[in-house]
Amino acid sequence: MIEKSLKELAQALAGKRISSLELTDLYLERIARLNPDINAFITVDPEKSRAAARAADARLAAGQGGPLTGIPVAQKDIFCAEGWLTTCGSKMLGNFVSPYDATVIRKLEQEAGLVSLGKTNMDEFAMGSSNETSYFGPVKNPWDRSRVPGGSSGGSAAAVAARLAPVATGTDTGGSIRQPAALCNLTGLKPTYGVVSRYGMIAFASSLDQGGPMARSAEDCALLLNAMAGFDAQDSTSLDRPAEDYAADLEKPLDGLRLGLPKEFFGEGCDPAVMAAVRAAIAEYEKLGAKTVEVSLPNSHLSVPAYYVIAPAEASSNLSRFDGVRYGYRAPDYGSLDDMYCKTRAQGFGAEVKRRILIGAYVLSHGYYDAYYLQAQRIRRLIADDFAAAFKHCDVILGPTSPSPAFKLGERAADPVQMYLSDIYTIAVNLAGLPGMSIPCGFAAGLPVGLQLIGDYFAEGRLLNVAHRYQQATEWHRRAPEGLA
Amino acid sequence: MTQWEVVIGIETHAQLATRSKIFSGASTAFGAAPNTQACAVDLALPGVLPVLNKGAVDCAIRFGLAIGARVAEKSVFARKNYFYPDLPKGYQISQFELPVVVGGAVTIPVGQGDKAYEKVVRLTRAHLEEDAGKSLHEDFHGKSGIDLNRAGTPLLEIVSEPEMRSSDEAVAYAKALHALVRWIGICDGNMQEGSFRCDANVSVRPKGQAEFGTRREIKNLNSFRFLKEAIDFEVQWQINEIEEGRKIQQATVLFDPDSGETRMMRTKEDAHDYRYFPDPDLLPLVIGADWIARVQGELPELPGQKRERFMADLGLSAYDATTLTANQESADYFEAVVAVAGKANAKPCANWVMVDLAARLNKEGKELAESPVSAAQLGGLILRIADNTISNAIAKKVFEALWSAEGASADEIIEKQGLKQITDSGAIEALVDEILAANAANVAEFKAGKEKAFNALVGQVMKAAKGKANPQQVNELLRRKLQG
Repeated sequence: MIEKSLKELAQALAGKRISSLELTDLYLERIARLNPDINAFITVDPEKSRAAARAADARLAAGQGGPLTGIPVAQKDIFCAEGWLTTCGSKMLGNFVSPYDATVIRKLEQEAGLVSLGKTNMDEFAMGSSNETSYFGPVKNPWDRSRVPGGSSGGSAAAVAARLAPVATGTDTGGSIRQPAALCNLTGLKPTYGVVSRYGMIAFASSLDQGGPMARSAEDCALLLNAMAGFDAQDSTSLDRPAEDYAADLEKPLDGLRLGLPKEFFGEGCDPAVMAAVRAAIAEYEKLGAKTVEVSLPNSHLSVPAYYVIAPAEASSNLSRFDGVRYGYRAPDYGSLDDMYCKTRAQGFGAEVKRRILIGAYVLSHGYYDAYYLQAQRIRRLIADDFAAAFKHCDVILGPTSPSPAFKLGERAADPVQMYLSDIYTIAVNLAGLPGMSIPCGFAAGLPVGLQLIGDYFAEGRLLNVAHRYQQATEWHRRAPEGLA
Repeated sequence: MTQWEVVIGIETHAQLATRSKIFSGASTAFGAAPNTQACAVDLALPGVLPVLNKGAVDCAIRFGLAIGARVAEKSVFARKNYFYPDLPKGYQISQFELPVVVGGAVTIPVGQGDKAYEKVVRLTRAHLEEDAGKSLHEDFHGKSGIDLNRAGTPLLEIVSEPEMRSSDEAVAYAKALHALVRWIGICDGNMQEGSFRCDANVSVRPKGQAEFGTRREIKNLNSFRFLKEAIDFEVQWQINEIEEGRKIQQATVLFDPDSGETRMMRTKEDAHDYRYFPDPDLLPLVIGADWIARVQGELPELPGQKRERFMADLGLSAYDATTLTANQESADYFEAVVAVAGKANAKPCANWVMVDLAARLNKEGKELAESPVSAAQLGGLILRIADNTISNAIAKKVFEALWSAEGASADEIIEKQGLKQITDSGAIEALVDEILAANAANVAEFKAGKEKAFNALVGQVMKAAKGKANPQQVNELLRRKLQG
């Protein structure tokens, strides 16, 4: 059952071969048994999940189910969910029970009828690439428990990889869906900015954050995205477009597909074993009828520096609301108001969050704004222009997701710049607002390698099609980590 | 001794009269129990996002059109970052580099009587922003309470050029602006509830000097009287400082109405760095020509347009037209008076409203809206002056009678109290003859060339007529008989 696709699970539920409650209990049992070691979930609430499963069963029995009704899902703890502890991986929100649902939660639970299994671990406020900045402890990579699962959606990735959930939600600000998907042998999609509502998704960097699905296949991603996406009047940056069936074109043949290979993604700095797997995937695509074109993204080397100005700038402001006044953590002992602020934030935030708040406050401050923030915005425009020029010559851009497979826990924790370079291939996509995916494409010394696919605006359907055809021809995505029966 | 010139610029915060908040659906009604009108967005719960209330934009466009400003095709909401317990997000959403309204001007009447003049004050900009909540420092046993009902209430911040040169001009400007925002229905103008509050930037410089002196900003003045008192105190303080050899430091000050003094809040050195940047949660505000045209179509006749019409159609002077259109109540009242008295009598209507009625109201400390004499009653009274039923002197009596409700109309009072002017020349002639016969001494003096004696005779006739004789007729008859 735990290896079944969403489509197969839906058929099993529709055919009454299993109930949603039984399926939910199956996963809850696995979580109870395996999560203490993996640490993929911050919060599970079996009674809440089982109540939702019973409601889903009633809906199915009444013939009112949708394509995903009754299917369990793990929710990244960045999404506010009514009645659930919603921590964002931080001590600051260690006691915050959300009084409302994020749009994504409402759509998945109430509209589509999925059953939330729990809230998954993550880097604190989504700031990190290893899940080591979480206040709730690091997550272990199910493929090698001495290694990181990637981040920031590391808990969601580990949960799906360890078969603690069939699918999960994630969010991606600079690679936080794609990089952990790559490191855990999953398929993850970051949609075009504005496709998935950000309402109720705790903001890290508002102009870059985007929610998306994490699953074991492109087909599952397509089905989950169908339930997550859509215009939301409560998010002013949400795009008002007609609803789309992201699974509609999955089977389209790839004949004549033009794959763009940016020369900047195939130079130095990438693990040779990763590069070998990516090259093999390109050869596979050629067999499927695609042809390759060399393209250039000449400003991509500026994406990490530009990102580490824009994202911290927005974060420094977004995180100001965590002040100890209305909810969340407040320092137990303080003197003046300023002292309360200082102690609350000094104690409530972890080191990486504080580092980024300081960077952000600095680049926005008087006298530095033009040199940093405005300059970074100009680079952002150049990067988007690079992609626009490249898409004149190709349909989908392809390259590695991460320059290396999963690294050891603690290996990069002391060196922020080394950690930031984990996202060197993914960040430009967020800066441009484009859709991007990571799909499994092989192994390097037993560790999963991810292939990144980047599409033009609103090309989610095309990306999923390109991923799905590859997954029909290969078996990488079907591999499961051992020792997690 | 140095002659000092005062330079004043004013920033006004007008709460916009929308039903819901600028970025959330919560109500803006005043006076609800604390924190009952604050939704998830106003409380800045994790994950919430702002959605712009188009009604607030309508208000900004109305204002822009009313002052002849440019309504920006594209304006941008920015975050102003600072920590305070009544600011839930840790930043205020405002507009910084690209405001929604740019430029414009208001024409203000300053002073009264002979010293009255009018002045055009240009505006720099007006921008949309959200209000903060309120900190409550009483009744919490040493702690502070926070009421977030006001958080997110839409504000229009209106910034003038530093063009005012006295506290009188500053007050006249604030009053004109106050009248205008109420006139166009974008703000209730309730100063006690904080719907309309002013900050005054004040500096002084030696007369003739081109560059401005260093300014100090007086915050949160919520009455016209405080505005005047605060500026007057501040100006004198600054002059004293300079004359005693000290330099003015740029600073923000507060006015204490009890002591009548301003006191320092913070200097420029410890001013905040607000780290403004465009709010990534909101798209740029784009206002197309059709939006502006729609709002234009909904506007009432504006003060400026009314003023022009009063001058062109009714032949009023510029000063009279400006004064009468200083607020909607006086313009409406005046028009209602003219509607009864007729356009031909517009000038006396203006005088009665601006002088006699205004003085009487002032004496009683009443507002125009509370006037015991209605516009229709005043119009009826002016009609009777115009058709010579009563003289101006009698008219003042009738006005007093109307004021104290001795009758429902001027006609009723004239009838009841027998105040109708005597215009029958036979009757007047009889009176004149009687007086001439009884005052031979005065007649002799007049004939000897003493013009004063003539006035005494007129007075005698009027007295005999109990004030009701037509003064012009009395004059003519007397002169004819004395010279004849």
